[in-house]
Amino acid sequence: MNKKEPVGVYIHVPFCDGKCPYCDFYSLYGNDKLIDEYTQTVSKVMAKSSEKWNRTADTLYFGGGTPNLLGQERLSFLIKTAKEKFGLENAEITVEVNPAEDLSGFLEEIKKAGANRLSIGLQSANEDELKLLGRRHTVKQAEKAVKDAQNAGFKNISLDLMLAIQKQTKESLLRSINFCAEMGVQHISAYLLKIEPKTLYYRKRDKLDVPNDDEAAELYLTACEELEKRGFMQYEISNFAKPGFESRHNLKYWDCKEYIGIGPAAHSFMDGKRFYYNRDIKGFMHDEEPALDGKGGSFEEYAMLKLRLCSGLDNEDCRKRFNMDIPERILKAAKLYQQGGLTVCDKNGIHFTPKGFLVSNMLISEILFSK
Amino acid sequence: MSIPRDRVRNFSIIAHIDHGKSTLADRILEQTKAVAVRDMENQLLDNMDLERERGITIKAHAVTLVYTAKDGNDYVFNLIDTPGHVDFNYEVSRSLAACEGAVLVVDASQGIEAQTLANTYLAVDAGLEIVPVVNKIDLPSAQPEKAKEEIEDIIGIPADEAPCVSAKLGTNIDLVMEQIVKNVPPPQGDEKEPLQALIFDSYYDAYKGVIIHVRIKNGQVHPGDEIRMMATGAEFTVVECGFCRATCLEKSEGLFAGEVGYIAASIKEVKQARVGDTVTLADNPAKVPLPGYRSVQPMVFCGIYPADGAKYPDLRDALEKLQLNDAALSYEPETSVALGFGFRCGFLGLLHMEIIQERLEREYNLDIITTAPSVVYKITKTNGEVVCIDNPTNYPDPALIEQAEEPMTNAHIYAPSDYVGNIMELCQDRRGTFKDMNYIDTDRVDIHYELPLNEIIYDFFDALKSRTRGYASFDYELSGYQKSSLVKLDIMLNGEVVDALSFIIHADKAYPRARKMAEKLAEKIPRQLFEVPIQACIGGRIIARETVKAMRKDVLAKCYGGDITRKKKLLEKQKEGKKRMRQLGTVEVPQEAFMSVLKLDE
Repeated sequence: MNKKEPVGVYIHVPFCDGKCPYCDFYSLYGNDKLIDEYTQTVSKVMAKSSEKWNRTADTLYFGGGTPNLLGQERLSFLIKTAKEKFGLENAEITVEVNPAEDLSGFLEEIKKAGANRLSIGLQSANEDELKLLGRRHTVKQAEKAVKDAQNAGFKNISLDLMLAIQKQTKESLLRSINFCAEMGVQHISAYLLKIEPKTLYYRKRDKLDVPNDDEAAELYLTACEELEKRGFMQYEISNFAKPGFESRHNLKYWDCKEYIGIGPAAHSFMDGKRFYYNRDIKGFMHDEEPALDGKGGSFEEYAMLKLRLCSGLDNEDCRKRFNMDIPERILKAAKLYQQGGLTVCDKNGIHFTPKGFLVSNMLISEILFSK
Repeated sequence: MSIPRDRVRNFSIIAHIDHGKSTLADRILEQTKAVAVRDMENQLLDNMDLERERGITIKAHAVTLVYTAKDGNDYVFNLIDTPGHVDFNYEVSRSLAACEGAVLVVDASQGIEAQTLANTYLAVDAGLEIVPVVNKIDLPSAQPEKAKEEIEDIIGIPADEAPCVSAKLGTNIDLVMEQIVKNVPPPQGDEKEPLQALIFDSYYDAYKGVIIHVRIKNGQVHPGDEIRMMATGAEFTVVECGFCRATCLEKSEGLFAGEVGYIAASIKEVKQARVGDTVTLADNPAKVPLPGYRSVQPMVFCGIYPADGAKYPDLRDALEKLQLNDAALSYEPETSVALGFGFRCGFLGLLHMEIIQERLEREYNLDIITTAPSVVYKITKTNGEVVCIDNPTNYPDPALIEQAEEPMTNAHIYAPSDYVGNIMELCQDRRGTFKDMNYIDTDRVDIHYELPLNEIIYDFFDALKSRTRGYASFDYELSGYQKSSLVKLDIMLNGEVVDALSFIIHADKAYPRARKMAEKLAEKIPRQLFEVPIQACIGGRIIARETVKAMRKDVLAKCYGGDITRKKKLLEKQKEGKKRMRQLGTVEVPQEAFMSVLKLDE
């Protein structure tokens, strides 16, 4: 791999005003003092990382949690620090925001500081679904957030949708999709709900009225089809974009490229090794080093990530990176599933269809571990 | 040993499972001070873990003891243990042939059971003096007088002198000892005749080679003698001989007519010193061998495969080692499309098969897959050729079969009369032919059926126990072959026949069994990436069908903050899971699926 290639930088903002019942990401309630100290630590760690790796970056991503809880000043300060330390020339700078807040002033400020992409947690454009998800915003608020962002000059906006949630039907899903299309955004992430251990949803999982696997599969396929009809082309299992608006930062994950993650629970992949910070803000703020998570970038790992993309595993990239074509046994195994409409195999390589994505865990293991 | 022959007593103990054979043996050992009480591991004679767990003796063991009787004389007691299961009938008969007497243990609360009866008849047939003992008199439900009556009525031997004992508490054991002295006759035989020694057991010792347990009927044997096995013709030089004491081997100058002891002669395999064979001297052989020798024929066969194909050499080594000690076990390599390389193994019966499977798993730490057990069918082809088939894979094309025959058994079931209805229903269902029924006493019966062996080998005993709340006991012997209407049933997964799941079955039983198997497989085979049809067929005709639906959703939608570790772990878990699966064509089948179709009644 070309060591000079710019990396991605991910900043985790582990603060939320409340916990969504389905969410197992690391977040906690933050008061001003804690948020101040946290901002300082992140800035310090950025300096340290930059010294350690001595690399430039071309994507910066603030994820959460709720990054807008940092407020415009702290966020602008962190963008400024990042620019100093990692260059960020022609960079994609994304901030995740929650539409429960009035963001008009905030958005203008961070735009000035350099943010150029927003990811807004819409989840659904149906009030009853939002309530059941425990979201603290209404459809109206989400609509206002998108308009505020557009007014502030953001030309690359992504909306999050959730699939296979309580009350969701094909019709209600179509309403959410239409809402996104009508708002004129450039990118949509549509995630199938997964009930994770240690969430409120998990504890009351027997009482949840969520679609079964077969219904969930139908909703997913509907989303893929309807989004494409509206010009949002699928490029990853859960991601759809107008051409040219694919998330450059997230693509680094799927392309098995390098990235530096900063903050509790953030992961890094640098120099062939994977690291992560523990889910512990105190440790992070007391200069705890990230833990080594073993070697990364093996062919197996690379293939597993690449197969999440619509472009799939292709010979050309494989040759570039591993100096070989896709192994024959893998091609052979992938071909077995072509007839069933799960894979497409051609001279360029292998990629999955939406039906294949739906069973990608098993499909990937079938293909990679075939004998 | 300087005790004259007229003070030698050679005897066995006959008892039903759980009636206290091993406990009584332990008490006898204590009485003769053969073992210090603190060295006693409970039930010394059953020294295989498996035996102790199942409460049965799998192999015979022998021990030489010295007892000081009330008349002030020392007596030599040779206690020869016998296996307690029908699968080992032949071994039992050879052990009994080494004795002059048998202690018959009857549970004071349960009375006489099938195995006791079968083995007692063997002992009576062998001309042994029977010493009845009523055990477990400490139990509140004990009815010793009723047990004595049963002994007199059913076996027809006087029981008024029978000691009433509690082997558990050690009550009245001395009475048993005195009865043995008084009633078991001393051995006959002539030391000056050519050597005739009966092999009643053998085992492999890593240092000495095969150790054979013998009863010297005539003549004598000493270290340095050239000996010959009269059935196999194999010759060896005696390295060592002597007596088996409770905790060690005690060397001696020689063994003489009437005595029971061991011979070590650098014998490499138990196959060369088969139970029932006669040992004689090579330069002065006996004219005739002792009667009763039979070369054992396996009656039940199944395929045994390593779960992990790479363990094939380990499985081969383990079978080789087991065979060193078990002449009745046969094996030869076979290949299955579904399971790869493995072995076709032959056993005396179902219990023998289960024991070998368990020993492979426990003692050799092997993960194995077994195929459905099969008996040996006799097929006469249209061209007149007769073939014996123990593997469904070799079953001839039905068009080429003139006649098919299956092995039959004479089976006796002993149970409280309340269960007669249930038992007859079960036997009827297993294609049994009712022969007769006798009342053993007012509330217990002996039901006699002719049953096909292949109906017994699956799960007959389990079914019998569950229909009689555990009260029934069961005994069978082969009675020959009978013409039968047989078919080969194949299972197809995704259109491909899985050879390891094929079996031969009576035509009348094919439909219900096919349906059950298809259902069970559908339950055990996890959803795959495509729909998997399960079909059961005879020839090309499909008689049952089930479907495993295709998996619809298995996806990690979000990889948060570049955390691909979780995804990798998931992948690794799936990789591990795959190892436990068998790839059959395009279908992955978990090992449990193979095992589950062997036990359809559960």
